[in-house]
Formats: sequence, C-alpha cells, structure tokens
Amino acid sequence: MTAARRILPAGDRALLVELPHLDDVLALYDALDGARPVGVVDLVPASRTIGVTVDPAVLPLSVADSWLANTEPAAPAVAADQRAVELRVRYDGPDLADVGALLGLSPAEVVSLHTGSVWRVAFSGFAPGFGYLVTDHDRLVVPRRATPRASVPAGAVGLAGEFSGVYPRSSPGGWQLIGSTDAVLWDAADEAPALLSPGTVVRFVEVP
Amino acid sequence: MSLRILEPGPLALVEDLGRPGRADIGVSSSGALDRAALRLGNRLVGNDEGCAALEILLGGFSARFENDAWFAVTGASGALLLDGLAVDAHLPVRAPAGSVLRIGAADTGVRFYLAIRGGIDVTVVLGSRSSDVLAGLGPAPLRADDVLPVGAHPANRVGLVDFVPVDHPASGTVSVAAHPGPRADWFTESALSVFFEHEWAVSPESNRVGTRLDPVREPAHLAGREPGAVPLLERAVVDELPSEMMVAGSVQVSPDGRPTVLLADHPVTGGYPVIAVVADASLDLFAQLRPGQHVAFRHASAHDSRAAG
Repeated sequence: MTAARRILPAGDRALLVELPHLDDVLALYDALDGARPVGVVDLVPASRTIGVTVDPAVLPLSVADSWLANTEPAAPAVAADQRAVELRVRYDGPDLADVGALLGLSPAEVVSLHTGSVWRVAFSGFAPGFGYLVTDHDRLVVPRRATPRASVPAGAVGLAGEFSGVYPRSSPGGWQLIGSTDAVLWDAADEAPALLSPGTVVRFVEVP
Repeated sequence: MSLRILEPGPLALVEDLGRPGRADIGVSSSGALDRAALRLGNRLVGNDEGCAALEILLGGFSARFENDAWFAVTGASGALLLDGLAVDAHLPVRAPAGSVLRIGAADTGVRFYLAIRGGIDVTVVLGSRSSDVLAGLGPAPLRADDVLPVGAHPANRVGLVDFVPVDHPASGTVSVAAHPGPRADWFTESALSVFFEHEWAVSPESNRVGTRLDPVREPAHLAGREPGAVPLLERAVVDELPSEMMVAGSVQVSPDGRPTVLLADHPVTGGYPVIAVVADASLDLFAQLRPGQHVAFRHASAHDSRAAG
C-alpha cells in the first residue's frame, strides 16, 4: 500500500518527499536507500519528509522526482537484516525518577521498558552523529525538560517526545537524561564516523 | 614547504570544496563559500580545483612563505603587498623563501582566497580539509604563529597568463536568482510578492552558517504610502513545522518574519519554513556580500539552472 506522498521543490539540486507519518518515512527511506541511483549526493530522512540532493550533471532532478514518486516502500521485514548496535548503559541519569513520575512507572520499570524495546535510528540531526531513535510503542513518551541544561555530557542517554537518543559529544540539551554510556558515538577520524546512522537498529543493555 | 601565519585578521580558515554526501549523519557540506574564487585561485597556481586554500575574511592578514612558493589571491579585492611591493590579484605570483604577504582591508567583497601551489596540506577529516564552524570539524580558525604545511607541487604548470578577466564582487544591489521553496505555500501570497519585489539588507550577524537579511524600509515616494512601511513575510500556515532537510541556499523564515539564506556550514535539518531556495549559480554571491549591502531576489529562469549544472 502506498501512503499519500507529496513531492516538494527545494531548488535546482534538491527535492523533498513528504509523507503522512514517521512509519511511512521509515519504510520509504529503507526502499530508497537500498536503490540509490548514481548522482544522488544526500538522502536525508526526517520525521515527515525525506530530502534528496543530486549532482544535476549526473542525475537530472526530473529523474530523481520519478524515483521518489514511484519507489515502493520497503516491507517492515527489511529491518531484520539491518545493522544492529548494542549500547551498554548505566541507568544513572539525573531525570530517571522524574521520567518515572511522569509516566506513572518506577525507575526500574522505565529501565526495563527502555532495555526491552527495539529502537532504530529514524533520522539524524541536532549534532553530527546524533540519532533520533524510535520504537514500536508510545509508553516512554515524555516532554523535554522545561529548562534545557547548559551542558549535557557526551554519552548521556535521554528521552524527548517519541524519541530516545545519545549525546555524541558534550553540548547544551533539553532531553530527559536517564543514563549514560561509554560507547563512542562519533569519531571524526573514522571513515564511518557515526556509530548511529539512519536505519541502524539499537538495543540498550543495562550495566552496573 | 610551509606557510607561517603572522596576523590572521578577523577570521582566516582553511577551506576546499567541502565534504558533500554526509548530511544523513548530520554533517553539512561546508567548504569555500565563494567556490568560483577558490577554483580560480587553484587553477592559476596549477593545482587541482579542489585543493585547500585559505578563506580570509575582511583582510588585515599577513603570512610568511617559509620556502619558495607560488600563490594567487582571488575573491575580494584589496591591497596586496609582497615584502612591501604591490602584487596583482587573480594572477600567479612567485614568493621567495622568507617573503611576507600582506592582504589589506577588503574594498569590494569580504572574502579573499589565498591559494598556494601544492595546496594547504592539513589533515583530511571526512574527505575534506575544510573548517565547518557550526559542526566544529576541520582545522580551528588560524592564529598567529600557526604553521601550515603546503603539499608537493602538482604536475600541472603554473598558469602562464598576464590577465584574467574577473567580475569583482558587486558593490551595489546584488540580483540573486531563487526558486520557490518547499514551504512557499506556508506563506501568504503577499509574502511571496514582498520577498521577490522588495530589497533586503545584509545583516552584520551573517556568517558561514547563513546570511541574515533585514527588511529595507522603502522611501515614501516609492511606496506611495506612509514612509517606513516594513515588509513582512507573513505566514498563511502557523503550525510548527517538523524539522526537515535544509540545503545551502534555503531561505528560511524565522517567526519574526525575517529571511536567512543558509550557506555552506548550515545545520542539515531545520524547523523554520523555507520560502525559497537560491539557485546554485547565485550562491557564491553570498560569500562576498558586505553588511548593509542590498539583495534583490528574482525568479530563477531555465538559464539560471543550466548555469548551475
């Protein structure tokens, strides 16, 4: 089934395709990413859109337009053979108790929901290597903190809205912090600098 | 081979043609804002067009060649002195070991490019030597006493030219081609005509992330109404926009109705609606706009798009 999609202009070397829901974005992104024509420079998923930039000397925008319009979304089963990353987390975040209170759960129940869910990177943003992780339920949906922190340490694991995420480096931030990991999320010297990129499947494992 | 920075001026950065293709992990293309000036400088000294050079904001710069070298200065115009003697812009110049190049204040434009035969050979990060001021990738802004390695001489000869016809950066109102943006329909029809029909002034808060534009108050005799009518880009849809891909040239409109043209170091996604996107062929113009200078947007034609190819 093809969800309604709308293709939007974005200048002489880019287009956006807009979809009704994040699930539609994930399914179409998987299909597009699996069949990129030569000349696609960037393929950028977001929460309701996928952006594509092209080298117009190689791939005319009109061809990219029909690629976006006619590609069938991937079946959910495709996710099974995607890259999987296990992140070891100490659930010692300063907002863990607040998150529990907001959700009517004990801190231990928050941890068990977070570790018991399969997450995937829907899209990146905010900072290089910051992946917005989504899962298949809405039992960990919490608002951002009313007052953002001036500095959140690298490796902090947080929740905000329907997303979970890990700060790749120290930065200001408004997410509810529930834990921390020693995993290196971003290494600019590495050929593949981001541990988490769109499509990566993530499981959190509790460590003491 | 190396170059020693004596005075970096307000902001001197290493830039090449950037690191395209990594927006999905949050990394923008970055690279020289005036790509044509970078390419020309490199060609003049026989480099590949994409070699790293220095992007020097406003001038007030000096550096010493520690070895014999060839260099070319392109982009903005201003006084160029090699050991106190005037040298030409837009031409390859031979610098003996120990000589000092001074770049004076920019008279037109704001960004000089200093290309050196062999290219600036700092460490490559994600396929590029460019400084991205927003993402914090690449070399830090240059400081006095920094010593920059210069690469080996390329196979190509130094260009044998006496004169290169170059358009100096314009000093008056600059005409910029733009396409309708993905969220043009989030604005009122009058906002779209205001955007294309009024001139905009470059804000001093502009940088490599974006050029901020302020509305220009029309003189009363032109507006045919009360003086001081300030054009606003009024929204027809006031919903919050979920963040979506931004490109260099995206004209995003903040809640106060002011447009910002995103440039090479832009965030890869953003949540302000994009009313228009500057044609790629007009994008280099933004590298050289001076604070207070006026910009007039025109509808991009097929010619503008061909030029972009």
